[in-house]
Amino acid sequence: MPETLLTLTLHLEEVLSLGGVLFAIGIYLALSKRNAIGVLMGIEIMLNAVNITLLAFSRFGESPRPLDGQVFAVFVITVAAAEAAVALALAVAIYRWRETVNIDEIDLLRW
Amino acid sequence: MIADNGIVIAFWVLAATTVGCALMVAAVRELIQAVLFLALTFVGVAGIYIVLSADFVAVVQVLIYAGAVAVLMTFAVMLTPSADRRNSETAFQAPALVLAGMITAIIVFVAYDTDWPIADRAGFPATAASLGRAFLKPYVVPFEVASVLLMTAMIGAILLTKEEEEDEHA
Repeated sequence: MPETLLTLTLHLEEVLSLGGVLFAIGIYLALSKRNAIGVLMGIEIMLNAVNITLLAFSRFGESPRPLDGQVFAVFVITVAAAEAAVALALAVAIYRWRETVNIDEIDLLRW
Repeated sequence: MIADNGIVIAFWVLAATTVGCALMVAAVRELIQAVLFLALTFVGVAGIYIVLSADFVAVVQVLIYAGAVAVLMTFAVMLTPSADRRNSETAFQAPALVLAGMITAIIVFVAYDTDWPIADRAGFPATAASLGRAFLKPYVVPFEVASVLLMTAMIGAILLTKEEEEDEHA
């Protein structure tokens, strides 16, 4: 078998950086979007970024039970699904009353 | 450390796709296109999970995120027909950009600066069986609480979107 010229490697740091970049994109979406559904998209991307981080530590990190990170990731996905269902139902319920889901027009509690 | 050329190239291609699609979610001007790019982002993240040898979590990701959550978001856009369909920003756009840049810088710096305890192990074998055992033995209480949470959330979502009684009789 011929020796390969170049062996590429992947370290924990690179995967963590990917998680950080995705988290930042999610936080930008959640803070800047005018439509409530756009804000929800940002939150979902943030949850995905956190899951990438959990799985990266599960794959690379030193631990007596390395699969626990994957268990945690499944719980995060479960709670995220519940959150998405309730939040989108809230958006539809607000639309029934106000004919808008723009977060800067829903200011009932504002002084 | 993963030292396999194919896996490393797959990781970088998937990472570029995922980050590119996530940026397109922020950049496109139509809300429905943003939802479609979000579904692509979820598929890319599922690929990253496979690179990290989390096969079961990747399948769950495709089923729940790329399947259910993307469809739910599409429904939410479709159920708000006369709402604003533009994917526009509020006045917080500039502070949000600054904050996102700072978060990226801090996380990347901490990731490279910290001396992580690294285990030099090979990828996991198929994880579904051991995850199932973990759910039913050490994590059985959180597992049951999660099912109650899901049921509560579904009932809550149905109650929130239910039509008023008068409308049903009309």
